[in-house]
Amino acid sequence: MNILSQARRSLGQADPNFGAPLDTTKGTILYVEGITVSFDGFRALNNLNLYIDEGELRCIIGPNGAGKTTMMDVITGKTKPDEGSVFFGQQINLLELSEHQIARGGIGRKFQKPTIFEALSVYENLELATAADKRVWWTLTQQLNSAQKYRIDEVLLQIGLQEHRYKNAGALSHGQKQWLEIGMLLMQNPRVLLVDEPVAGMTGEETEKTAELLLSLAGDHSVIVVEHDMKFVRSIARKVTVLHQGSVLTEGTMDQVQNDPKVIEVYLGE
Amino acid sequence: MLTQRLLLSDRGGMIVLGLVLLAMVLVPICNILVPETSSLHISTFMVTLLGKFLCYALLALAVDLIWGYCGILSLGHGAFFALGGYAMGMYLMRQIGPRGQYGDPLLPDFMVFLNWKELPWYWQGFDMFWFAMLMVIVIPGLLAFVFGWLAFRSRVTGVYFSIITQALTYALLLAFFRNEMGFGGNNGLTDFKDILGFPIAANGTRISLFLASGFMLIIAYIACRYIVTSRMGKIIVSIRDAESRTRFCGYKVESYKLWLFVFSAILAGIAGALYVPQVGIINPGEFSPLNSIELVVWVATGGRGTLFGAIVGAFTVNYGKTIFTSYSPETWLFALGALFVIVTLVLPKGLVGLFNRNKKVPAKINTTAEPTNSTAETAKENV
Ligand SMILES: Nc1ncnc2c1ncn2[C@@H]1O[C@H](COP(=O)(O)OP(=O)(O)O)[C@@H](O)[C@H]1O
Ligand SMILES: [Mg+2]
Repeated sequence: MNILSQARRSLGQADPNFGAPLDTTKGTILYVEGITVSFDGFRALNNLNLYIDEGELRCIIGPNGAGKTTMMDVITGKTKPDEGSVFFGQQINLLELSEHQIARGGIGRKFQKPTIFEALSVYENLELATAADKRVWWTLTQQLNSAQKYRIDEVLLQIGLQEHRYKNAGALSHGQKQWLEIGMLLMQNPRVLLVDEPVAGMTGEETEKTAELLLSLAGDHSVIVVEHDMKFVRSIARKVTVLHQGSVLTEGTMDQVQNDPKVIEVYLGE
Repeated sequence: MLTQRLLLSDRGGMIVLGLVLLAMVLVPICNILVPETSSLHISTFMVTLLGKFLCYALLALAVDLIWGYCGILSLGHGAFFALGGYAMGMYLMRQIGPRGQYGDPLLPDFMVFLNWKELPWYWQGFDMFWFAMLMVIVIPGLLAFVFGWLAFRSRVTGVYFSIITQALTYALLLAFFRNEMGFGGNNGLTDFKDILGFPIAANGTRISLFLASGFMLIIAYIACRYIVTSRMGKIIVSIRDAESRTRFCGYKVESYKLWLFVFSAILAGIAGALYVPQVGIINPGEFSPLNSIELVVWVATGGRGTLFGAIVGAFTVNYGKTIFTSYSPETWLFALGALFVIVTLVLPKGLVGLFNRNKKVPAKINTTAEPTNSTAETAKENV
């Protein structure tokens, strides 16, 4: 069945059939091609191309204002680009879907500034993020089933917050909030995780734990990490993409990238 | 289980609902059984006044549900209240029948006065009580649906939303002022004779309307509790606190806002419908933008985001208004403005926050494992 036309037919109301296995026969899960985004004439993204493999951990670096966050906005449906295309697997055109549909479909996103539900407990935060029927009328009567509860326990363990499950999320430390947000993404059983500056403001120990967490996620999920902290990037990176003025400057291993004259110029030129 | 969730875990709500129930028992007794000479006697005027306050409380509840829990500040809820009131008023007008001054068997007086020859189509059916009651729900609900659909879909939020709701109620005010609209223009609908066959000004009718208002308030309160304690309630609070996070968790935020807004508008409409037979008139003045602002002040004064705080606020501010206006009516608006400033600066959690402060451990300290629902409660009270 053609997922795309199905989505079109339903006027964007119903979700595309994400239940069908995602077509990643070519090994690539995310295709970002020729994306251009302008804000009042200023090109935040300029003909950006990016391909992410299934299960890959990709680091994206680049100076402030390079367009890293804007790129995530485009993939997650927050910003519609002027040009280009974004495909999830071979079939699903993400540009036709809205934020909640993309999220339901398996692309989770962590914001640059930790965004969690501070008025709710850690457990409730994960509960709300649980993959379940998220239509209004269902949530009026729905309760968690045991499989979902089990999954919450699993994720709590994974993000190391099992002792804080009933704590108010607003009372967590900065690092814990970041992990909780990652945990919320995991509750949705995503295929792709977009993580924007996860270690900004973290202590050394927290940074290490985060690196471990992200490394453990790769493989089961494709993880895209945007980060400024070079030491951190070096500790997790396999493949690095350098973004500059809205396009890809270069791609390669950390060593290749750091010795690339173009990259040196951009960073020294700052 | 459900009683625990809806009522027992909500101490303030239990107290407030208890007081409402107590009033529903005592007020009729003191009005009917206690002789007029006794100091315990409650006059019919007082019964009606309290009935009015119950309607205001229901209206405040509707506003608190969307403002306190979802952060949608509607400054046009008076419009839904008035529409519900007009639907009831149309029923009451049709009940007058040939007893009007002009004695026309079908047309209300103002239509005869305008030289209209037949009843407009939109007045059809309002002679039937069930139909009018259906309209009390459908008209405000439908308007809220269309308006909310347009606004939320275009992601109009915050102060912009507040402004367009003001514009909505103002536009309706102007429209209902026009005689050609067929709702009695400036004078509105009045001179009601009876409701369901009972004379509208009779003691027994007044008591029944008072009881119906109290009953409706309790039902609505429990319904609102059901919503805010369900998972939907948590989602609504999440939308208030981190809208885009909620969206990226896979929730269609617009739909949640829309249905909550519609439900709230329906509650406001019901409040209006109960209000009109008690005060005996509905006119375009009820659409006044100022009314909608005033009722937000009730909620802020009582304490938003608690539901029972809205009821407390509606009663205290309106009781204050009644006292105040009997001494110096022209300064009431200044007093209301001052009240709003004071509440915002000194009592951000309203009157019920004052009462809760000593008892509750701040959420930030409570780190140990405890049942989820009590954590949720502390959380709610901390917003
Ligand atoms: N909504 C917006 N309106 C106008 N300019 C924007 C907007 N969002 C981002 N920009 C601009 O686009 C550029 C790229 O921003 P961003 O993607 O946040 O960079 P990064 O995350 O790499 O630091 C910046 O110059 C920023 O000022
Ligand atoms: Mg950024």
